[in-house]
Amino acid sequence: MARKSRETPEINGGSMADIAFLLLIFFLVATTMDIDTGLSRKLPPYNPDQVDNNDQIKERNVYVVLINSNDQLLVEGQQMNVYNLREAAKEFIVNPENKENLPEKTPREIDFLGERMISKGIISLQNDRGTSYGMYIKVQNELIAAYNEVRDEVSMREFGKFYDDLTEDKQDAIKEYYPQIISEAEPKNIGGGK
Amino acid sequence: MAKFQRKGKGGMPAVSTASLPDIVFMLLFFFMVSTVMREQTLKISQKLPGATEVKKLERKSLVSYINIGKPKKTFQKMYGTEPRIQLNDAFAKVADIRDYVAAEREKMDEKERPLMTVSLKVDETTKMGIIVDVKQELRKASALKINYSTRKVEAIE
Repeated sequence: MARKSRETPEINGGSMADIAFLLLIFFLVATTMDIDTGLSRKLPPYNPDQVDNNDQIKERNVYVVLINSNDQLLVEGQQMNVYNLREAAKEFIVNPENKENLPEKTPREIDFLGERMISKGIISLQNDRGTSYGMYIKVQNELIAAYNEVRDEVSMREFGKFYDDLTEDKQDAIKEYYPQIISEAEPKNIGGGK
Repeated sequence: MAKFQRKGKGGMPAVSTASLPDIVFMLLFFFMVSTVMREQTLKISQKLPGATEVKKLERKSLVSYINIGKPKKTFQKMYGTEPRIQLNDAFAKVADIRDYVAAEREKMDEKERPLMTVSLKVDETTKMGIIVDVKQELRKASALKINYSTRKVEAIE
């Protein structure tokens, strides 16, 4: 009797694997691995008695992108394929030859970069209620890509690194050099159809 | 006789399974850490559009989702085939978004409220009309940080 109480019987660990498997299978089933990715944008604050101040902006400073209800693209009055939009938008953003019909520039002092000519260009995106969401995202994507490429080129030239690898204050400097201004007009129902 | 017996008992020793629980536990912990519980069941069919310039959405606690798309087959009898909005587990109207945003904001820490992001998960065939209405409503609810949920692709189709 005394001998028995000295040795407590060991718990059988053989079923531990089964229990662990059960839990494992539960988590396997319940898992979603996908990380959410997407295009981040910022909406303008809501202001019901907003006045249209489009008249104050010169025409050469605005890059008008229209999408109609048949998913066709009209850029600066000309029909365009979505695949050509990126290059065209880049030319508008940079205006390398200071052309008359592309945006004006004003000098401004920027940290790290010194005095630079900053473009006054604004991209105005307008879509119809009948435009498909897929097309809208494609156009948004190309416009953002145009800005990203321009910024990457500048950061390569100035700092010898990609924009994403720069420190935050240097990124801010480049953001100031090429500000991303994509304005979305209040939607219109031009082409009909909801 | 002794020789004979030895031969019968010998042969390949069984592989020890004593370390099996350890291996399984390792896997278990991996999945436990990497798991995100599915929060809602989708009642709409959804194929997200592709884009190349995507960014990862960090801090899931700051993100609220708005799903838009055609109702799935089983719901089409009740709700039709026109694209609908789904908030949490139920179909909703555009006017419900303001309450939804307010409720989501209430759940968050006070300091983090300005960082709130609304992720729009929209089927790519949806017409912009409904999205424009949703965006207008989000502006009224002053939820201004939005994210168009997209798949990452190498080049747009």
